[in-house]
Amino acid sequence: MSETHPYIPNSAASIKAEMLHEIGVRDVETLFADIPESIRKNSALKLHDSVSEMEARLQVEDLLSRNVSTRDITSFLGGGVWPHYVPAAVDEIVSRSEFLTSYTPYQPEISQGMLQAMFEYQSMVAELMGMEYANSSLYDWATALGEAARMASRVTGRDEFVVPHYIQPDRLQTLKTFSEPAGIRILEVRQDRRTGAILDNDLQQKISSKTAGVYIETPSYLGFFQADVKRIGDVAHEKGALFIVGADPISLGLFASPGELGADIAIGEGQPLGNHMNYGGPLLGLFACRGERLLRQIPGRLIGMTVTKDGSSKAFTMVLQTREQHIRREKATSNICTNEALCALAAAAYLSLMGPRGLERLDKIILGNSNYAMRELERLNGVKAPLFEAQHFKEFVVGFEGTGLSASHINAKLLQRGIQGGIPLHHQFPELGQSALCCVTELHTRESIDRLVAATRAILEER
Amino acid sequence: MTFKQAHWNEPLIIERSSEGRVGFSSPICETPTVSILPELLRKRPARLPELSETEVVRHYVRLSQENYGVDLGMYPLGSCTMKYNPKFLDKLVATPKVQDLHPLQDIDSVQGILRILYDLSQWLAEIVGLDKVSLQPAAGAHGEFTGAMIMRAHHRRNGDLEKRDELIVPDSAHGTNPASAAMAGFKVVEIPSSREGCVDLQALRSSLSPRTAGLMLTNPNTLGIFEAGISEIAKLVHDAGGLLYYDGANLNAMLGKAKPGRMGFDIVHINIHKTFATPHGGGGPGSGPIAVTKQLERFLPVPTVERTDRAYYLEFDCPESVGKITSFWGNAAVLVRAYAYILMMGRDGLEEVADISALNANYLAKRLSEIRGLELPFPGKFRKHEFVLSAARMAHETGVTAAHLSKRLLDFGIHAPTVYFPLIVEEAMMIEPTETVSKQELDETVTAFSKASAEAYTNPDVVRNAPRNTSVTRIDEARASHPKTMRLTWAHKAESA
Repeated sequence: MSETHPYIPNSAASIKAEMLHEIGVRDVETLFADIPESIRKNSALKLHDSVSEMEARLQVEDLLSRNVSTRDITSFLGGGVWPHYVPAAVDEIVSRSEFLTSYTPYQPEISQGMLQAMFEYQSMVAELMGMEYANSSLYDWATALGEAARMASRVTGRDEFVVPHYIQPDRLQTLKTFSEPAGIRILEVRQDRRTGAILDNDLQQKISSKTAGVYIETPSYLGFFQADVKRIGDVAHEKGALFIVGADPISLGLFASPGELGADIAIGEGQPLGNHMNYGGPLLGLFACRGERLLRQIPGRLIGMTVTKDGSSKAFTMVLQTREQHIRREKATSNICTNEALCALAAAAYLSLMGPRGLERLDKIILGNSNYAMRELERLNGVKAPLFEAQHFKEFVVGFEGTGLSASHINAKLLQRGIQGGIPLHHQFPELGQSALCCVTELHTRESIDRLVAATRAILEER
Repeated sequence: MTFKQAHWNEPLIIERSSEGRVGFSSPICETPTVSILPELLRKRPARLPELSETEVVRHYVRLSQENYGVDLGMYPLGSCTMKYNPKFLDKLVATPKVQDLHPLQDIDSVQGILRILYDLSQWLAEIVGLDKVSLQPAAGAHGEFTGAMIMRAHHRRNGDLEKRDELIVPDSAHGTNPASAAMAGFKVVEIPSSREGCVDLQALRSSLSPRTAGLMLTNPNTLGIFEAGISEIAKLVHDAGGLLYYDGANLNAMLGKAKPGRMGFDIVHINIHKTFATPHGGGGPGSGPIAVTKQLERFLPVPTVERTDRAYYLEFDCPESVGKITSFWGNAAVLVRAYAYILMMGRDGLEEVADISALNANYLAKRLSEIRGLELPFPGKFRKHEFVLSAARMAHETGVTAAHLSKRLLDFGIHAPTVYFPLIVEEAMMIEPTETVSKQELDETVTAFSKASAEAYTNPDVVRNAPRNTSVTRIDEARASHPKTMRLTWAHKAESA
């Protein structure tokens, strides 16, 4: 390179020469002379030449412009990440470069801002979940479930983990990946085909003295609530197992918290709280628990509030680090180091803006919109919405079995009309027949729901 | 150099709360009200703050002023590669064309981002000299876990997983290595480093056995020294039937200089947020793609990004895959930034990164090792991306330790190095300047160390009582973690409270 690179100030020839002189070598290549020739000779990168920022930006923008986003068309996809409005103030706060370009606060005195924000995040997640403690983030809901199963196994010394049949496939698969090397066996408990309720006799059969934990989601992956979650927790506790509840945090302004349902560990996906969908990542794994015994086994970073040594000010710092990999190495509660701090900051800013009232109001809108969509779709000939007879929030299954059309066919036809339909479910849950998981949030206007209904009607009539 | 960090004494956000305020402008609900079964209702509202948007923004902007980031100055945290994060990368992803993409969208509607992810995979494979990449791991440790799971799958396929249950890790490895190995079900066998800080071949030989699943290694090691015997190490491990895992945390000075694949590694993770300039976000999100040899491709997590002549797609049909490791396909918003970074840097720019990161590290090592009380252990070897100083002499002569010294640096507006790591160096200070700092900043850093050293020998209390110029002074860490005084949330009452 003949010119100075914009991010590499010392590539200027005169500076380089001065520094080489100080080190006492003739050229930079000498610094790499200890790499054996057999390795060094094959090291040249077969990549393109550098371009300017302007060229790179235009080229990437051109590629990105080929994407059709959920702003360009109306989408009814959810199932793990969901479209929610992100207030501009949240984006602004996470763009502050003092936050954005910092790292794990190993030096607390110079990192109080992020530390206080993470302490407040932990407080808000614990409040929302109805739990005592929360960590300062895991990667996502799926890995939080994997960590929860391993934690339950460590705490109880048992090796079976019970999950509901209706669970997001990627979440279940991730759980299995995390559980296998720990020798944890995953058992699926059957659910009523009509109401989604956990089948009591099957639950009794699956829970035993080997059960480390029982996991339930509220609302479920398919959007329905079950009324007897508390009782399932009681059954788990009677057998000495931990009760783990996964929740959509955005529902918790209105609906019962995992804590109120008797959970020992609460997990969830924090993306709805002020984080964009971003094609599925980064996400935000929520992880909360109660009781001293569980706290000692919690994975990930914890921030505590304390004071300065001279007592002059409150102060924040990482605590219980002896659980973590940089101290405890192979005996750590988890290997996690880099987490999702910035996404946690977004969630904290989001919850601060919403407050309990804002969140409750938002939940009523989501509830109203999604239930309106169910009711309107149900009017269509041969369509069943929702497929499960239960209270639903945000998501619901639309059954197409009575229409004689497949969910993929309907989705393809919807796409032609500028609508992205729900997630077809027949691969994962063949017993549900032709059906799709539909997501409706505050971003869906009544008009956009009416369009979905009208388009579906037109497709059914085309037959 | 004068530095004084803001101190707002900002109350907890809950303490700013006033009943009835809200920072959310609710859209009008156009759909009918729905009643909820009483047993599903939340009984006790969450105690969240009630604030206007103005108050929320001020709170967080004040907190941001109490936080130090790369954009403020020197951040030589060893092994973390705190390089400058080009601004256009952030602008590129702040668009609905990234933010508002759903991972399950119709494949035709995401061809742009799939092409980016596909090309990025190819580039990363070329950079590390291996055959195939998975972009899914969310961070380096997540990549390590995935890599260790791939080792597991490999040995299971060969029918000797039962037997091969040991992963060898040097005592100088990052803590995530043994933690990830243990999470993937392996017993960790720690081997000591040699007197030169490299792998002790004798120790390695004696730990290799039919039980060996593999070895996890960084190269350059945590001292910044290249393991010149790497080819022999690789041969020993392979001959014993094990696999070689490369921790990519120290990749920065290897770009275009040495490819881990050529060194003999079978599995590599890449810390996108280190080497490829994406912001660290106060602790995350990062991204930790892994690359593997042709032989191990079949075990990569699902899905992988593939292409036909006409289109890009996600391949889920991989029967021997280790399975899913995350909710969707990886940290796409981080990966798009890395794509743009590599696109801009190109072959020549990345090689310049390696050159100057090594130039900066060796220059700073030379200058700092001349300061009274500091020395560079294992001298005579050039460093690559980083180096480790010892403050042992200063500690013995003045009582000022590496911890004290690092706190004093904060007073000069310089982030502290990684301290007390690796454990093989007494009073260790691990320093990684990166290629993005100027000589002037390096010289200012030397001045700061010199000043602190002079203080240590004349007025050690100034150093021992540092920092004074940060938002808060020394923190009572013991109180923070003591069960009687620990507070983890604003509702959490410590035992004594």
